[in-house]
Amino acid sequence: MPRKPVAKFTIDHLQVLDEHGVVDAKLDPKLPDERLLEMYRWMRLARELDERMLKLQRQGRLGTFPPNTGHEAVSIPVAMAMGPKDWFVGAFRETGGRLVRGEPLTSPLYYYNGWEEGNILPDPALRITPVSVVIGCQVPHAAGLAFASRYQGEDAATVCFIGDGGTSEGDFHEGLNFAAVWKAPMVCIVQNNQWAISIPRSAQTASQTMAQKAIAFGIPCVQVDGNDALAMWVAINEALDHARSGKGPYLIEAVTYRLMMHTTADDPKKYRSEAEEKCAWEKEPLIRFRAYLAGKGLWDDGKEGALIAEVKEQVDQAVRAFEAPVDWAQDTAFDHVYGTDHPHLHEQRAEFLANVRFDGGKEADHG
Amino acid sequence: MAKLTMVQAINLALTEEMERDPGVLVLGEDVAQDGGVFRLTDGLLEKFGPGRVLDTPLAESAILGTSIGMAMAGLRPVCEMQFCGFSYLMMGQFEAHATRMRARTHGQVTLPLVIRMPYGGGVRALEHHSESREVLWAHLPGAKVVLPSGPRNARALLAAAIRDPDPVVFMEPKHSYRAFREEVPDEPEVLPIGKAQVVQSGTDVTLVSWGAMMRPTLKAAAEITGKRGVSIEVIDLLSIAPLDAQAITDSVRKTGRCVVVQEAPRSFGPSSEITALINDKAFLYLEAPVARVTGYDVVTPYFGREKHYIPSAGRVARALETTLDF
Repeated sequence: MPRKPVAKFTIDHLQVLDEHGVVDAKLDPKLPDERLLEMYRWMRLARELDERMLKLQRQGRLGTFPPNTGHEAVSIPVAMAMGPKDWFVGAFRETGGRLVRGEPLTSPLYYYNGWEEGNILPDPALRITPVSVVIGCQVPHAAGLAFASRYQGEDAATVCFIGDGGTSEGDFHEGLNFAAVWKAPMVCIVQNNQWAISIPRSAQTASQTMAQKAIAFGIPCVQVDGNDALAMWVAINEALDHARSGKGPYLIEAVTYRLMMHTTADDPKKYRSEAEEKCAWEKEPLIRFRAYLAGKGLWDDGKEGALIAEVKEQVDQAVRAFEAPVDWAQDTAFDHVYGTDHPHLHEQRAEFLANVRFDGGKEADHG
Repeated sequence: MAKLTMVQAINLALTEEMERDPGVLVLGEDVAQDGGVFRLTDGLLEKFGPGRVLDTPLAESAILGTSIGMAMAGLRPVCEMQFCGFSYLMMGQFEAHATRMRARTHGQVTLPLVIRMPYGGGVRALEHHSESREVLWAHLPGAKVVLPSGPRNARALLAAAIRDPDPVVFMEPKHSYRAFREEVPDEPEVLPIGKAQVVQSGTDVTLVSWGAMMRPTLKAAAEITGKRGVSIEVIDLLSIAPLDAQAITDSVRKTGRCVVVQEAPRSFGPSSEITALINDKAFLYLEAPVARVTGYDVVTPYFGREKHYIPSAGRVARALETTLDF
């Protein structure tokens, strides 16, 4: 018996807009001008919100959060391409996409300031799952949601996000494998931002690309410049078509860079060079998109200034709403343990409330 | 009325619930073509087709993880962990998502799902196939943990678990799967989750147990009743979480004595919680310290030695006598 290759694979890399804003005419999706402007507006709004959240956190007005700056071109085009019945299954660096999908600007503010209210959607029909803090868990959820869409006869797909670090988790592999075997309409976006807290991409996996991990499950894949919103637009539309046509899941590796800290609780200077960061800032997604718009005659400094003022006002309003005094009950945790009524929780709630009264509404002393 | 084994009764409940609600589906390793390694799901594939009876790849975390996704979309998945010993791989999904989704969304997203798993010793099984680990799940707020003890209550509790709005861990005492038959009514029955049953009322001592231990417990009760002419109240908890504190409290306030029988290791198990509960609610009624008959705090030995480690009717009888004589 001769020895011969039984399978061969290639991984494509897709870039439509280079870091200077020069578009590849053949690959240009030729989006209508208003869609391009809408995309840029979302990216600018997400950036503004992120920068404001960092200020609020540094001033002690917000809890620890994972900044999203630099990731705008990944989740925003994806969310813009999704249909109303599709499920958006995020990890925690897709704030832009969540806003596009319909989450209010106040949601991340509440969530990262320690209020479950940040998870409550104005309408469950928005089909956005809560932030998944434990890395990787959301991939099997997405496979289950995708399965359910088909089971219920909906022409819908599920899009889930995970980071480069997340690809090391068992749930990433298990979830992709289930989705592939079930030919579930799911798209998995690996947001490869080069860093998982302090662990660089090179120490996370010996794979040449993140995309190729899909090959092992029989899932088609592509590597995309994740700082290029147009390439993401092209890739997500191909992926959604593939998933919706019954061919099963699709994986997109979006190559980007975590320009900020992992969360506000760490300092990247401890583990990476400023030269590396400086180089990454030159490739960030908004600069090139703005240059592209300007090249098409759609943008100039005046429009940029007006947009910045507009999104600042929008974020100001959200922060004012978020910081307005609220009179939320302290004992809500007892409301939502079960959907059924159980006496031990009544008893413990009474004990809790008695202790709150005893503390006189002051901060309890924890030593 | 038909006399069924627990295997047949569980299969009946699954069939009835799948017929009743098209959103109910079954998934797990070997549950479709093979009907499950204990044949619990036999015949479901033929009846409901591969769209609703799914053989999954071999990965416990994703079996629960995908069930969570299905439940978020409004389905009612009943997933199977082939053995309790393999279920720890889904602990992350269970703690991080199954038990928390309702709380983190203030009830906007709920997870009506059931995790079935065979548990317990006494069937001469391979390593990792004989443990009683109900406390691992019961400790987590938001979890419901149900342990039937016989065919009739297994069928009624599984129906309740499937209809429940929350995640339910349904632990099946595999020693009782085919050990005996029971009359099961023709009409579907539903038992409330979180409610114990007084299976025998009495006035001198309370015996509390659940799951597979109900057999040696009832045997010991009969033996001591015959031997000493005492009146023994026997409580079958049926659910560990939520625990029916009222049933235990009412009974111990009446009898003043209590013996708790659990198959699991002693420390930090349900019997510890029950003892603490009696301390809180019935201390002044006690005539004797609460006695516990439990597994030991050791790694479950291979089956060559297991018979001396699993609580027996003899141990329960001795504990009853010590408690009555105190």
